[in-house]
Amino acid sequence: MKFQIEDVTVYFPYDHIYPEQYAYMVELKRALDAKGHCLLEMPTGTGKTIALLSLITSYTLSKPNSPLKLIYCTRTVHEMEKTLAELKLLHEYQLQHLGPQARILALGLSSRKNLCVNPLVLAAENRDSVDAACRKLTASWVRAMAAENPEVPTCEFFEQYERAGSGAVLPPGVYTLQDLRAFGIEKGWCPYFLARHMVQFANVVVYSYQYLLDPKVAGIISKEMQKESVVVFDEAHNIDNVCIEALSVSVRRQTLEGARRNLNKMRQEIDRFKATDAGRLRAEYNRLVESLAQRGNLPIGDAWLANPALPDDILREAVPGNIRKAEHFLHVLRRLVQYLEGRLETENVEKESPVGFVASIITHAGIDQKALKFCYDRLHSLMLTLEITDTDEFLHIQTICDFATLVGTYARGFSIIIEPFDERMPHIPDPVLQLSCHDASLAIKPVFERFQSVVITSGTLSPIDLYPRLLNFNPVVSRSFTMSLTRDCICPMVLTRGSDQLPVSTKFDMRSDLGVVRNYGRLLLEMVSVVPDGVVCFFVSYSYMDGIVNSWNETGILKDIMQHKLVFIETQDVVETTLALDNYRKACDCGRGAVFFSVARGKVAEGIDFDRHYGRLVIMFGVPFQYTLSKILLARLEYLRDTFQIKEGDFLTFDALRQAAQCVGRVIRSKADYGMMIFADKRYSRHDKRSKLPGWILSHLRDAHLNLSTDMALHIAREFLRKMAQPYDKAGGNGRRTLLSQEDLEKLGDRIIDEMLH
Amino acid sequence: MSSREVIKRAKYKISVKDPGTPGVLKMNENKLLFRPSDPTSATKLDVEFRHIKGHKHTKEGSNKPPWLNLPHDQGGSYIFEFESFSDLHICREFVGNALAKSGEAAKAASVAKVSPATKVASEGSAVTHLDEQLSTTEMELRMKLLRENSELQKLHKQFVIGGVLTESEFWATRKKLLDGDNYRKLKQRVGFKNSMILDTKPMTDGRTNKVTFSLTPEIKYQIFVLKPAVHQAFLNFVPSKMTEKDFWSKYFRAEYLHSTKNAVAAAAEAAEDEELAMFLKDDDILAREARQKIRRVDPTLDMEADQGDDYTHLPDHGIFRDGSKDISESQQEHYKRTLSQDLNRQGAVVLEGRAVDVDLEDPRIVAQALVRSRPETNENASQERLERISRMTEIEDLQAPHDHPFAPLCIKDPREYFDAQQANALRSLDDTRAGTEQMKCNLTNEEVYGSLRKSISEIKTRGLNDPIVKPEVALMVFNGLTQNISSNKYQLGKNPQESILDRLPNTTKEELLHHWMSIQELLRHFWSSYPITTTYLNTKVTRLKDAMSQIYRQLEDIKASMQSDFRHQVSLLVRPMHQALDAAFQHYDADLQKRSARTGETPNGYS
Repeated sequence: MKFQIEDVTVYFPYDHIYPEQYAYMVELKRALDAKGHCLLEMPTGTGKTIALLSLITSYTLSKPNSPLKLIYCTRTVHEMEKTLAELKLLHEYQLQHLGPQARILALGLSSRKNLCVNPLVLAAENRDSVDAACRKLTASWVRAMAAENPEVPTCEFFEQYERAGSGAVLPPGVYTLQDLRAFGIEKGWCPYFLARHMVQFANVVVYSYQYLLDPKVAGIISKEMQKESVVVFDEAHNIDNVCIEALSVSVRRQTLEGARRNLNKMRQEIDRFKATDAGRLRAEYNRLVESLAQRGNLPIGDAWLANPALPDDILREAVPGNIRKAEHFLHVLRRLVQYLEGRLETENVEKESPVGFVASIITHAGIDQKALKFCYDRLHSLMLTLEITDTDEFLHIQTICDFATLVGTYARGFSIIIEPFDERMPHIPDPVLQLSCHDASLAIKPVFERFQSVVITSGTLSPIDLYPRLLNFNPVVSRSFTMSLTRDCICPMVLTRGSDQLPVSTKFDMRSDLGVVRNYGRLLLEMVSVVPDGVVCFFVSYSYMDGIVNSWNETGILKDIMQHKLVFIETQDVVETTLALDNYRKACDCGRGAVFFSVARGKVAEGIDFDRHYGRLVIMFGVPFQYTLSKILLARLEYLRDTFQIKEGDFLTFDALRQAAQCVGRVIRSKADYGMMIFADKRYSRHDKRSKLPGWILSHLRDAHLNLSTDMALHIAREFLRKMAQPYDKAGGNGRRTLLSQEDLEKLGDRIIDEMLH
Repeated sequence: MSSREVIKRAKYKISVKDPGTPGVLKMNENKLLFRPSDPTSATKLDVEFRHIKGHKHTKEGSNKPPWLNLPHDQGGSYIFEFESFSDLHICREFVGNALAKSGEAAKAASVAKVSPATKVASEGSAVTHLDEQLSTTEMELRMKLLRENSELQKLHKQFVIGGVLTESEFWATRKKLLDGDNYRKLKQRVGFKNSMILDTKPMTDGRTNKVTFSLTPEIKYQIFVLKPAVHQAFLNFVPSKMTEKDFWSKYFRAEYLHSTKNAVAAAAEAAEDEELAMFLKDDDILAREARQKIRRVDPTLDMEADQGDDYTHLPDHGIFRDGSKDISESQQEHYKRTLSQDLNRQGAVVLEGRAVDVDLEDPRIVAQALVRSRPETNENASQERLERISRMTEIEDLQAPHDHPFAPLCIKDPREYFDAQQANALRSLDDTRAGTEQMKCNLTNEEVYGSLRKSISEIKTRGLNDPIVKPEVALMVFNGLTQNISSNKYQLGKNPQESILDRLPNTTKEELLHHWMSIQELLRHFWSSYPITTTYLNTKVTRLKDAMSQIYRQLEDIKASMQSDFRHQVSLLVRPMHQALDAAFQHYDADLQKRSARTGETPNGYS
């Protein structure tokens, strides 16, 4: 369908539209008009992504003189694939209605691991070894050598891509990672470098958050994006955590041992070069005397992860004299490693500010702040000079330099915490030194400054006023939309008691209580016998899940559950979890039915949808609080309190409930879908906890469902499932329109928006 | 009868002590033959089953080899030693059947003379056919069917006893019922049990430290499927390196070590015992399979790809130990398998279903069968992946439903749809009329063959796009029915128990239903008799037509006798029946005319 929003003609690839999608588009358009940032909360299952894509592409189409680039950030690769699939659908529709002028170039960008087509490189196991394997074939010096000696292996795809030169372009279209690979194979061009190159010219780029937020990656990938871009962070409820992680480093014993090995290796290399090619080291020295640490334009194959500090904070000046010489620099690093080793030998938890830490480095290791700050760039330069290709071997020393650079650069918003062991396992010594960033606004600040509009959107951004404070920005539009439901297709319940009327909770003092474990087990057992197809369970942590599943196994509850459904479990092993998910879906598809055990804050909770028959019921066992004794968390809470006046308790509850909401929100995909959500913990019945849930869940949470026991919940579930199985009028009866056609839109106009706002 | 003949390798022994002559045992329904592998040997056998008096065999699990002992009427017995018990079972069953049959055949010969079928045949005036001789079992089966099904009995009484149909004609349309036995044997295949093999808890006697595991063939099978490494080890080691018993005790030793959750102890034991280590190590075969499968996984849930993009979880980047992350116990990962992994594997195997369909008794056979059944990877998976993703992307309710060329079907009561047959009947009538007109009756074999080929090729080119029922006709009938049903619904309200039939007086209802059954039966025979090629068919059709016109009249009577408030409903019900009968009559007349017109020429079909 096609409709006007003020001066923009929106092309929407479906015959109908939800009113909230329309309202969402209107708000988004206002933000684009104002060239400002915005914050939009809309429930899952209301087609956020397609609304967003179709408004922004239509906006660009209607203003051909000022083309906007769309940078769409997803958290995971599979979300990227989904977004691109939706964009494909939209693009086909626009082409059909507008003809060739609607042509755009849209592509997804991922790491070499996901884009490489060279079987030799792909044989490597993880991302870093793929990167290194690629570098071994494509680094400029390797290719120079290959030019002289045909025995040296190179990558045929990269060579062909280089040979094609400026002719190597992607024709307009929408490219998923799979499409890029297919195109690469067909043309014989390296899809990874082709995609990296095309990112500058593309109208729509879909990639991971980190490509924009992590300075290490953003420095090489997103350097040249134009200001006239709309940046979208989808599923952004965890964005503050991503920002924080991007600027944090942790150093463990293994890191230091590895770093020592790396230093020895580099020492040997330097000696070798001194003997054979001393001129090269001298040339590097001269370059460092003259100018910046980084050589201007690196060949694309040589680029490495960029400086871990934010671009504005990197000093644009020459590398200090005491680390210009390669040997000197190695000495400095050696002293630093030695110092860090000393610090790890602690018996107690230590917490320090970066300023204090830097001061103590000066006194104990004799390395000044400026030298620390340049560590990363200096290392990078040295590795290029030494022509090191197996970068995956050198990750440890890289970590040390990241750490040094960050510590040298930032005085505020960070702290250094040294823990001799994990508090939950005090018998295993595993010292770790962590440079932890507390301020999420640091990493995202350059994004807000560089780009015209930044859209932060998710199904759960409640309370919506907290995010501008956490991220320190001023949105021009900040809205939360309800969900207009044709029928009550979601059924949230709070279960506080088991069938024996004893309270259930994962509170620390209750979680290992056998009665609670049994009641949780009985709840699941009763539910799997009633609910068809897929049931998803979320637990508060891996260790809790392992524990409870084991005791269910011992008491025979698990066996009974398996009588009804197959059981699949998320593990820390991604491959295993992916296969388990795949099997879970198969079991739901074939009608066998299955239960999936997963962990809130785990990888599955972050991005896998359990829509339609893949999830008719979600049970959230417990409240997924963070581990509150964590030193890092405490430090962060302290910082939040001092800087943003956010109370500890408030933040913890907010954080736990956004996770819970995120977990249960994965069951709904559209209004034709339906699902139940059980919050199984007595603490959910308290107002201060419950009220932090997003509005669209709260509005369906009836008072009668606030304090249920297992048998009552079972009864409600039966009734609900029977009701949902009946045919219904999709357009929504009795006065509430929940599905609008083109005519409806023209008739109703702006009245929709008023209805949809909270 | 699944197999009419059985051939097995066996040793023939004259007595129990005799070492036996190796050769091939061949049995068919009447006799058994034994041919020694050594052609010079004189021990050949050729015995008819009627000389065999019974059969005995050795029990499985006893120490004796698989023997089959067949005593004969000369007082001695033939002993065969088979290679395996499964062979023995097959032969034993076959012999049993053959013996039963040869016994029956003798008895049946005398009984058949008085069977009702022959009685009917003698009564039916025009039937010149000889009824086939029926065995007692078949006779009994027919009687049993009639006893069990009163509707069938009524029909049988009306038509067979009434002389409209012969016994064989009546049963010819019900072959399925007569095959009842085979039919019942096709039972659902059992899937893979969703119970953990971990559940095989040991039994302890309480006093000593000894534990006993009881292993059933089913459990062994489960272990093989769930743990390819154990399976592989079994194939490699048993019986060449260790006995089966040793193998399993070693396996359970390993399982026990797992269950103690003491990775250190497991590692220590594994270091000493190479074979034990094999059970404790991670399953390489599984790992390989996983790597293969991960490539075919749906990209919308491929979390492995995420890892490639995750720069914050570089080793040592990001926060290592905050509250949200869990602690992973590393160290001896090698010897630690978790319940989660077992559960996931269990689920995966159940989904794959039972792969082998062999006797579970011998683990070696099972193990070998499993090797054969390991699935091959298919290559068009990526295409399927893409299709799945595009299907998943669309938001279902925003889109108008995809335009399918069919209407949703909703059958609540098959009776409601009976006159859908109408369209078929009408059409086939048109066809025969159009088709037979240019047909010459004077045909040579070549011509017949040629025309057959022509029509086959015609069907090949044209037949597929010309459905049996034209879509328009179907739609019309369909709409008519839907309208009819919905108007009924409207009149009757929503009570699903109530239909028009239920509101009629009981006798009328019964009568109508019975007539409907009879009409169906008659029509089935009627239409299957065309084209008429023999006198026999001719008379049959005439008989059928008479019977039908009788029912036709009876229906009219029912309609007329109805009270006014039911008359409309009843006529609605009767109309389709009349229509179907009319179509038959029409066809009969048209055909008759055609045939009488042709009588001048020399008829080739029948005379």
